[in-house]
Amino acid sequence: MDDALSAEAKMVNERPGRLREFWFYFRENRGAVVGLCIFAVFTFLAFFGPWIAPHSATEQFRDYTLIPPAWQDGGNWDFILGTDPLGRDMLSRLIVGARFSFFVGIVVVTVAATGGILIGLIAGFAPKWLDTIIMRIMDIILAFPSLLLALVLVAVLGPSLTNAMIAIAIVLQPHYVRLTRASVLSEKQKDYVTSARVAGAGYFRLMFVTVLPNCLAPIIVQAALSFSTAILDAAALGFLGMGAQPPTPEWGTMLAEAREFILRAWWVVTFPGLAILVTVLAINLMGDGLRDALDPKLKRS
Amino acid sequence: MLNYVLSRLLTFIPTFLGVTLISFSFIRALPGDPIVVMAGERGLSDERYAELSKQYGFDQPIYVQFWDYFTGVLQGDLGTSFVTKRPVFDEFFALFPATLELSICAMIFAVVLGLPAGVIAAVNRGKFFDRALMSTALVGYSMPIFWWALLLIIVFSGNLGWTPVSGRISLMYYFPDATGFMLIDSLMSGQQGAFSSALLHLLLPAIVLGTIPLAVIARQTRSAMLEVLGEDYIRTARAKGMSPARINGIHALRNAMIPVITVIGLSVGTLLAGAILTETIFSWPGIGKWMVDSIFRRDYPVVQGGLLLIAVMVMVVNLTVDMLYGIINPKIRKR
Repeated sequence: MDDALSAEAKMVNERPGRLREFWFYFRENRGAVVGLCIFAVFTFLAFFGPWIAPHSATEQFRDYTLIPPAWQDGGNWDFILGTDPLGRDMLSRLIVGARFSFFVGIVVVTVAATGGILIGLIAGFAPKWLDTIIMRIMDIILAFPSLLLALVLVAVLGPSLTNAMIAIAIVLQPHYVRLTRASVLSEKQKDYVTSARVAGAGYFRLMFVTVLPNCLAPIIVQAALSFSTAILDAAALGFLGMGAQPPTPEWGTMLAEAREFILRAWWVVTFPGLAILVTVLAINLMGDGLRDALDPKLKRS
Repeated sequence: MLNYVLSRLLTFIPTFLGVTLISFSFIRALPGDPIVVMAGERGLSDERYAELSKQYGFDQPIYVQFWDYFTGVLQGDLGTSFVTKRPVFDEFFALFPATLELSICAMIFAVVLGLPAGVIAAVNRGKFFDRALMSTALVGYSMPIFWWALLLIIVFSGNLGWTPVSGRISLMYYFPDATGFMLIDSLMSGQQGAFSSALLHLLLPAIVLGTIPLAVIARQTRSAMLEVLGEDYIRTARAKGMSPARINGIHALRNAMIPVITVIGLSVGTLLAGAILTETIFSWPGIGKWMVDSIFRRDYPVVQGGLLLIAVMVMVVNLTVDMLYGIINPKIRKR
């Protein structure tokens, strides 16, 4: 009893840890928690998909082509979501396909964010002429509609999932540069940076230790948002035949393969798109929650 | 104000140069020799190769090629398509009205539904309507529009048979291009059923293309309205006993419109990117489909010129929006 009391008292006295505080605000947004749960399932499938899927993603059951989902007439409970024109199990392909979208999201966000933050920091601290040059280059990239630029880049590099990821990362990166630079410029004015400089901190320390941690909140939100953009764009490129190539069970590529059957077999078209939508929606819900939790100015608006 | 306009215009020049350089160098980086691609499977002799290379200037050093291209661009010469042998410039502006018509209709769809949705959500903040509308908006915002297009085709063209699947108008009708806008041309032609055919062809593509802008506008309107509704002058209006409809619809919405208009202006890039997917799916003969087809056909001058023209168009619109914004909102000029 005593122990419990003192523990409680301790809790009240201590300032809650950063993570706990974050979780406190994040939890208030019910949509964000739902998004997080869906994202957890998605991550789990991305890692363990091939072991969970009832069939192999590429095995062709030649006697069972274009079987409708199990609950419809002619359905078969061996293939719960039906089969595609080549007799491959839809559910298995969708489950195994999760890893491609997950992989695209992780790689694109890591590459774009790392590059963007670095360039943004440099632009924020650099002399005016270098800053101007960097920002003009970013303006140039942003002048092209993102999907078009990615499409042409992939045409140059050759259609594959890796090249699609590179192209999307290049297209998304200027957003990080702008965001980082803007927060660096506003943080640089503050007293704590001046005092760090007076204390003799070098540029490197100022950039990465003093300023960067205070600029992270909007960047984290942007990372969540570009995770979903990356998945959407990669699927769009796959759909146009410029992303992952068949027989890869990437969701956009599956849609492209299914296009000619849309009026005959609704399930081959509906489920891959639904998978994309649910995943992207979950990530966007999480992103909204992150923004509310990390950015006190926008809280509860 | 003049200073502001001039400085904005000055930044346009290096960006334009950079955009030209990028679209120029992409094409040089593409795999495959353009002349070999142009010759096709028949192949060609060494003399003919040298001759063509000279004709297209490929035997010159790269910086001379760029200079020739750049000076050509400034005079409106973007080269000739390998496939149709027509100037890229002419092709672009022949197809552009189709994309413009589609984009305008998509934007009308987005604004007509998005603005009221945002206002209703803001006024009912935290209540059922707000939650329902904003959840729907988030779904729209997350939508893979190529899949959305296929779903609409399944339901409205396949099951219900209401709308056609592709093209701009039924092949039964023929009339000359007067404006390039199928809706206006079909009306002017006076042929019975032509207008409704054009309208039905336009319906699904416009909905698909307008979906993401619709979601963005609804979300933006809601947050702008919420900000404005907290201002003192709204409280004053309320205290004076003005009707809620008048306060929300006139006093608040007018000020909330400023950020919303910016979003509308800046979504031109989004529209053009969306047009690539929408036009490909609905076989809509516009810029987006033209670009995708040219990329697959390896029609280098078209890809290069199209990329440049689209980028310049986005830049001009963004610049205009920026300047209009500067005129409406003096605070922004100071920077």
